[in-house]
Amino acid sequence: MQLDNHRPIYFDNHATTPLDPRALEAMMPYLKEEFGNAASRSHRFGWTAEEAVENARNQIARLIGAPVRKNDRGKEYTQEIIFTSGATESDNIAILGAAEFYKDKGNHIITVKTEHKAVLDPCKYLASKDYDVSYLRVGTDGLISLDELRKTITDKTILVTIMWANNEIGVLQPIREIGAICRERGVIFHTDAAQAAGKVKIDVETDNIDVLSLSGHKMYGPKGVGALYVRRKNPRVRLSPIIHGGGHERGYRSGTLNVPAIVGFGAAAEIAMNELEEESTRLKELRDYFWSEISTRLEYVELNGSLEHRLPNNLNASFAYVEGEALMMKMKDLAVSSGSACTSASLEPSYVLKELGVREELAHSSIRFGFGRFNTREEVEYAVGVVINAVEALRQMSPLYDMAKEGIDLSTVNWAGGH
Amino acid sequence: MAYGNKVIDHFENPRNVGSFDKLASDVGTGVVGAPECGDVMKLQIQVDENGVIKDAKFKTFGCGSAIASSSLATEWVKGRTLDDALKIRNSDIAHELSLPPVKIHCSVLAEDAIRAAINDLKEKQTVKV
Ligand SMILES: Cc1ncc(COP(=O)(O)O)c(C=O)c1O
Repeated sequence: MQLDNHRPIYFDNHATTPLDPRALEAMMPYLKEEFGNAASRSHRFGWTAEEAVENARNQIARLIGAPVRKNDRGKEYTQEIIFTSGATESDNIAILGAAEFYKDKGNHIITVKTEHKAVLDPCKYLASKDYDVSYLRVGTDGLISLDELRKTITDKTILVTIMWANNEIGVLQPIREIGAICRERGVIFHTDAAQAAGKVKIDVETDNIDVLSLSGHKMYGPKGVGALYVRRKNPRVRLSPIIHGGGHERGYRSGTLNVPAIVGFGAAAEIAMNELEEESTRLKELRDYFWSEISTRLEYVELNGSLEHRLPNNLNASFAYVEGEALMMKMKDLAVSSGSACTSASLEPSYVLKELGVREELAHSSIRFGFGRFNTREEVEYAVGVVINAVEALRQMSPLYDMAKEGIDLSTVNWAGGH
Repeated sequence: MAYGNKVIDHFENPRNVGSFDKLASDVGTGVVGAPECGDVMKLQIQVDENGVIKDAKFKTFGCGSAIASSSLATEWVKGRTLDDALKIRNSDIAHELSLPPVKIHCSVLAEDAIRAAINDLKEKQTVKV
């Protein structure tokens, strides 16, 4: 396969996705002549910007099944969507905002050990401020236990925050069931759906969701824009703002709106909704083809997390006896990521894989593949060859592979000590 | 990790990959590191009758700079006496490869591997005497 300008093939669509050209096209007028401030009420520039923002709000509401109503002039509107700078901010507003608003009701929050840092870190912050945080464990499949959730909820619990799809292993939590439990116990349920949106069907009504985070750049929209769905009815959810200012976004999030980004995000949401089924089917086929080739043609490969309860476009596998960063260097035609310590700033291997009970040496050997809208079958076929060649080449120089081949059980070896 | 050219060169064209018979009396073997830390180096030296290292081989499980550090170590020990080889410092390896600070431990491991191989050989030879 001929690579375009020696650019690697992009298989890291959980980190970010390219902007869909149709979303870019929708944005262009708002980067140029339609530069108005959506909060300007006194002239056409403002009205045009505001209308574009409200249209995007409706597009996003539809993607997640939030109510879109009609006013008496027949104009559609939604009140449940707040624009933010991204899923990190949305998660922060949801968690810190609920903690603050409901502090008289209770001080207990429940989350999961494998959440994104955008959820774990606000929880950690609250834990340092007189809140109690319970962290649910996951099984080797990456899924929580609903029973454990039930047992963890107390009369002090004000918020359960559990992500829809995990960003490393793509595992999908049983959101609807979690929502039902929270509803029954009168606890607010927030889910970070940054990775799930546009890949699995989301319906905040049937899925029993109260608060939900989205990110533009994970679904072929622009970076630096996100949204937060906040339920207004049955039950009404209230959140205290964390950014104070001009009272934009009904006071939830002050600051002049990033109109072009919001328009692009809205367009991306509409595309995602229209193409969700077809795209998910296609990506799942590519992913399943890739995994069946890799797992049958290479030995000592292990899938991390459930295959069944998983995003259609995610694969996370450990290639035993080769280290992840070296493997990525060997596969330089592919842009992927690894749970190896050598690729993280903290020099710790992936905490998500650790929670699944993946042994540390296998966490170092893990690679995440995230297939996306613009990947072709030809690219995936090419990638199969690249992965197999790279793993085989590195195993040829791996002392651990030799030992495994000699039948030595590596866990019984007394290692001279690492660092 | 964005590495310098020397790491890339050693990674893409590793020198002296392979193994000697670890039971041979003229071979010293050092295995350092641990799988759960993400790097294991096996470095072997083969000496002639004058105690000069005539050949060296390595196999490494580890990141790009661990592979490059061990590859460089095998190049540097060749032609040296054991005492000379013991003078190779991790800082020389790190400097030669322009390792970024977070990768210094790879060069430390390479120095450890050289020492372990030499110790192994010395132990074998004292037993023999
Ligand atoms: C699950 C999840 N939550 C939150 C984020 C953060 O999103 P953003 O980059 O929009 O702040 C990400 C992306 O890294 C993610 O994967």
